[in-house]
Amino acid sequence: MSTTVLSIENITKRFGDQEVLQGVSLELHSNEVVALIGHSGSGKSTLLRCANLLEPVSSGTISLFGQALQDPSIDEDAVRRHIGMVFQSFNLFPHLSVLDNVMLGPVYSLKESKDSARQRALELLERIGLASRAEEFPDRLSGGQQQRVAIVRSLAMRPALLLLDEVTSALDPTLVGEVLDLLRELATAGTTMLIATHEMAFAREVAHQVAFLDDGILIEKGTPEKIFTNPAQESTRKFLERI
Amino acid sequence: MSGRRAIVASALSSIALLGGIVAILYLAPGGAVVRNAFFDPHSMWQAFVGDPSKGLSSVAKGLLTNAWMFIAAEALVLIFGLLLAWVRLSHSPVLFPFRVLSTMYTDIFRGIPILLVIFVVGFGVPALQLGTISNQSPAVYGVAALTITYSAYVAEVFRAGIYAVPQGQLMAARSLGLNHPTTMRRVILPQAVRTVIPPLLNDFISLQKDTALVSTLGAIEATRAAQIYASTEFNFSSYTVASLLFLALTIPLTRFTDRLIAKDRAKRLASA
Repeated sequence: MSTTVLSIENITKRFGDQEVLQGVSLELHSNEVVALIGHSGSGKSTLLRCANLLEPVSSGTISLFGQALQDPSIDEDAVRRHIGMVFQSFNLFPHLSVLDNVMLGPVYSLKESKDSARQRALELLERIGLASRAEEFPDRLSGGQQQRVAIVRSLAMRPALLLLDEVTSALDPTLVGEVLDLLRELATAGTTMLIATHEMAFAREVAHQVAFLDDGILIEKGTPEKIFTNPAQESTRKFLERI
Repeated sequence: MSGRRAIVASALSSIALLGGIVAILYLAPGGAVVRNAFFDPHSMWQAFVGDPSKGLSSVAKGLLTNAWMFIAAEALVLIFGLLLAWVRLSHSPVLFPFRVLSTMYTDIFRGIPILLVIFVVGFGVPALQLGTISNQSPAVYGVAALTITYSAYVAEVFRAGIYAVPQGQLMAARSLGLNHPTTMRRVILPQAVRTVIPPLLNDFISLQKDTALVSTLGAIEATRAAQIYASTEFNFSSYTVASLLFLALTIPLTRFTDRLIAKDRAKRLASA
């Protein structure tokens, strides 16, 4: 069995008296792609944010490579350096050029030299065919291009795992393909990813495991084959029928 | 409307408006008195250059005092205001007492008329007999008072600007492993400052005018020089000179602000 990268054990998350996550457990192994499916508001985004320590959990533990992240002595910034995150609304830095967006993490978080960070950033931009746009500001790019830059910005940190929060939901339908192609490429290259998505065909094709989240409860988890053709739970079946 | 017709129309309406104002000055029953009291060219020149033999200070020279007061105050206000906003928005438990203090500070100094702050600093600090600190010129106390009050306003402007940066920017920066100070410095503040420039410069324009209040401490700045002239020569043209000189300072700043905004807007529109 490959190494466990991320282990989420029985976590709950409350906002006021609303329980957004109720005892969710999930494991992610190296080179594994797990797709997180469920209605909007089912807790997918919250789960990803908790995994990245952007939200503190109310109870339960999350560990990265066996180390519990709820330990008060943990350096949260150091943890986040190992976990890349890509958002639905891209969240590129509008005041920085595309190149500087990709360089920011390596230079100010990993303290790499600007030269080596620039070189690596240009290589990554080359890979997504946007090296020629490196000096432009993000808002000159299409949504699909922006999202690919955002993905590459996370990759520049050489993360051990990548969290993707509905990264195609804000995109024009014609631009979804280029982003999914890049994710496919990453999956083939063995990138460990936890992907919250509404793209069922994509999840079925790329994910090794699919987890269905409903109202903050992890209803079931299994191979795409099983979840999509023969789900054990009634609510999963209903959700998939409606999609 | 074609370009040329638009120009002709706007020229005509401007001439009509100016002509109307001049006409009032000439046709009103008290027009001659007002013209003589406020717009007498000889008195205006005399007030502008001053006349030491009559004990008249130059309004223009007084304006230099205003200028250095607001330049010094603006520089200090930027630093102090940003510091206050930063402390108030911090999350560190260690900074808790400072957070409370900075909130109280902005509440108090936005609520006290600036003239009172000028009095308290300008008359209170010398009375403390604290050596060098109590032996400064009125203008220095003026700068201190202006800094104290305007920092409270500018801190709120900065805070609003920081809040205006979308939450996603903070999350994106933090998820890259950047710590809080680096996130502020590299991601949040550069965006906040851009949105904050127009309201900030607005506050600076008021600050420039409020340097006139330091005359109450006896600093011979433009307003005070104009006042001395008016009470010696019984002619108010010196006030007109002071007003024009203040305009000469504030109008370039307003124009500059507008150009910055227009440039930023054009850049955004071009890229949209």
